[in-house]
Amino acid sequence: MVFISALAAKGRTIKAQRPWPRIVVDSNVWRDAAAGLASGQATLLALWSDGEAVHMGLTGKAEEGILIVSLPCPDRSFPSVAIAHPPALRLERTIRDLHGLVPRDCPDERPWLNHGRWGLEHPLGEASNGPSDGLPYAFHTAEGPPLHQIPVGPVHAGIIEPGHFRFHANGETVVRLEERLGYVHKGIDSLLRGATLDRAASLAGRISGDSTVAYALAFAQAAEAALGLAIPPRALYLRALMAELERLANHFGDIGAICNDASFSLLHAHMGALREHVLRTAHACFGHRLMMDRIVPGGVAADMTEEGGTRIRSLIATVNGTFPELVSLYDNTASLQDRTVTTGVLAAELARQYGAGGYVGRASGRSFDARRWPGYAPYGELSFDVPVREDGDVDARVWIRIEEVRQSVALVDQILAGLPSGPSMADMTRSGGARTHREGISLVEGFRGDVFAWVRLARDGRIAAAHLRDPSWFQWPLLEAAIEGNIVADFPLCNKSFNCSYSGVDV
Amino acid sequence: MGMIRDLFLQGVQMFLVLAVAPLLLGFTRRAKAWLLRRKGPPLLQPYRDLLRLMRKEVVLAENASWLFRSAPYMIFAATWVAAALVPTFATGLQFSWTADLIVITALLGSARFFLALAGMDVGTSFGGIGSSREMMFASLAEPAMIMIVFTVALVAGTTQLSQVADFVFAHASLRVSLALALVALIIVALAENTRIPVDNPATHLELTMVHEAMVLEYSGRHLAVIELAAALKLSLYISLIASIFAPWGLAQGDAAPGAYVTAVVAYIGKLAVGGFLLVLFETSIAKMRVFRVPEFLGAAFMLGFLGTLLLFVSRTF
Repeated sequence: MVFISALAAKGRTIKAQRPWPRIVVDSNVWRDAAAGLASGQATLLALWSDGEAVHMGLTGKAEEGILIVSLPCPDRSFPSVAIAHPPALRLERTIRDLHGLVPRDCPDERPWLNHGRWGLEHPLGEASNGPSDGLPYAFHTAEGPPLHQIPVGPVHAGIIEPGHFRFHANGETVVRLEERLGYVHKGIDSLLRGATLDRAASLAGRISGDSTVAYALAFAQAAEAALGLAIPPRALYLRALMAELERLANHFGDIGAICNDASFSLLHAHMGALREHVLRTAHACFGHRLMMDRIVPGGVAADMTEEGGTRIRSLIATVNGTFPELVSLYDNTASLQDRTVTTGVLAAELARQYGAGGYVGRASGRSFDARRWPGYAPYGELSFDVPVREDGDVDARVWIRIEEVRQSVALVDQILAGLPSGPSMADMTRSGGARTHREGISLVEGFRGDVFAWVRLARDGRIAAAHLRDPSWFQWPLLEAAIEGNIVADFPLCNKSFNCSYSGVDV
Repeated sequence: MGMIRDLFLQGVQMFLVLAVAPLLLGFTRRAKAWLLRRKGPPLLQPYRDLLRLMRKEVVLAENASWLFRSAPYMIFAATWVAAALVPTFATGLQFSWTADLIVITALLGSARFFLALAGMDVGTSFGGIGSSREMMFASLAEPAMIMIVFTVALVAGTTQLSQVADFVFAHASLRVSLALALVALIIVALAENTRIPVDNPATHLELTMVHEAMVLEYSGRHLAVIELAAALKLSLYISLIASIFAPWGLAQGDAAPGAYVTAVVAYIGKLAVGGFLLVLFETSIAKMRVFRVPEFLGAAFMLGFLGTLLLFVSRTF
């Protein structure tokens, strides 16, 4: 309890926030917090702004609790966190682009989300006219006679999301990779402002389509924390059921896609069939293949029928029947193992520093799982393991997914067995007006990692400000590190094993 | 009369390979889809694709030179000539005397040379990557091919394919050196046709491409011609393997017209078997790391070399 609680004592606690405390501090304490991050006493959960102040989410080493530190910025600037703690870099650049709050001494002056095509500067702060025909962007360089650059994207040969990758290569060996994202900027923070709770929930579910359940769940939990709503147990179980189905579908898709990037199409085809089975089951049970808009503040919008339970049981039977065989095919295909083992190694120290969640962190020895800690209902009543590997290569990230599929299958079984009866929506009459602002935060485990949500409700029940942080913010930079020293032709394989979200970070 | 018949048969061979090549491609795609429990595209899809590309406008990079524009035709011409020389359904055709293994290797080598030049011509990084990888593979595949040619030539006493086929047909027996050459030739064929495990013709990942990276900038009829050349090359290699190692069913010298029809059917059967074995192999293996390919092709070279060496030890190997 050392660092977090010591820090918590240094600021003024905001009572309106639940379930974890938020403190308002001065710039000295802000710097202390940044120093704590740099020295590894805490991990950065999120860094965002509401236009007036910057907020930093922190979590201590082992179950020390979560703390939000806020620094008001009356002079439109704040001391840079990134100068001490690099994982904050892109988040700071985003704050500067969107809100015009300047991180003082930030080591990177370049814009991040703003590509100079908005016609606006700082759309969420003191907006002013800006360029609309693009800004030049200076990539970091690597110098030396045999080096050459390979620009890839943002338009790719395959149908994937847009992102630019700038390689500096020595022949086939990657010397440096730099990502440039932001091509699918949607203005989520701006759309959320002033939105009703329903609209905001539906927006949250569209930030990253493959994690729509995780996002909707994160938003709903944050909103419910702000409103102080108690959710009926049946809704909690159904939410967990959807979250595990989403995890299953994405992990099946990922395992297949990683194999396909090594041109092993057999596993891709079989995993694709399993994924399709999950999606169809989801459609049959909840009326939407991706279960979009099924989780809403207060409960779930679609209750499951008895027949749905039967469908899911038959899905589980299918998975139990075919998955082990496919895993042994993966494990026993030497040519495939030759591609995945020792490729794209991510050092455990980096995973810890960046607080990488999901399979990226767990394949490099970081066992963080938001379902386990800080934990949320109903996972406390269910038993599951959090698989961890130490190798940090593509193979380890595939194995984490394989293990998580097994855990998710077991979880779905337990959820179906323990599914309570009763209502699936809470009484929402209390969600109307209130005398003051109310704030809530939540941390939910999506298939990629922990999704962080912060919501501030205005007195009329609308959203005053909200922020959702995708796990990929802390995974994308690690991809740059993992690819270093690998060959250019192995990049797609490494990239797929990370499978970071473009849409989730291009908010 | 004999002259006209010979010219006619040679013409049939030339246009047969051209007509059948896209079908073979369609068949392999279909068979692969079937192996993956998918439906797959129609057999005739490659023809439709070619037609579609032919109708489409050509989009050229601003700095594309005459080389970029003319390379597709040179690649196509060289590949077509090479494909038309390999005995498909008959030996002893009009131009068989030119159907020399070394000539065919050289024709394919020139086609590759122009393709690599065209890949670098526009100056995009992918073209450069593709060309450099292709040349790295080629510098290993070609020596292997030459060793295979030596082995076959030492066994058959000639490098002329038509005579090689006749020889193997007449003196069919299990020869160690020929078995080594067969394995080596299959490896070379996989690499030359940019198949898995060396390259993946179906990939959409620009950073892993070899052949596709070089032709990334092509469009319209240029692309159509290059695709057709690639299809021709695949049927060429299957024909080559079939004519050296399985010359049964080939019509010889002056056979009756009926025999030619049977021979064409046998040829299409061989292509189908070859194509199916190819996709069966492809579905059971992942693509190699780029730097494993030299080891793979090195194995082909060593096998070819061993075949030649064994024949120096004893001609009965």
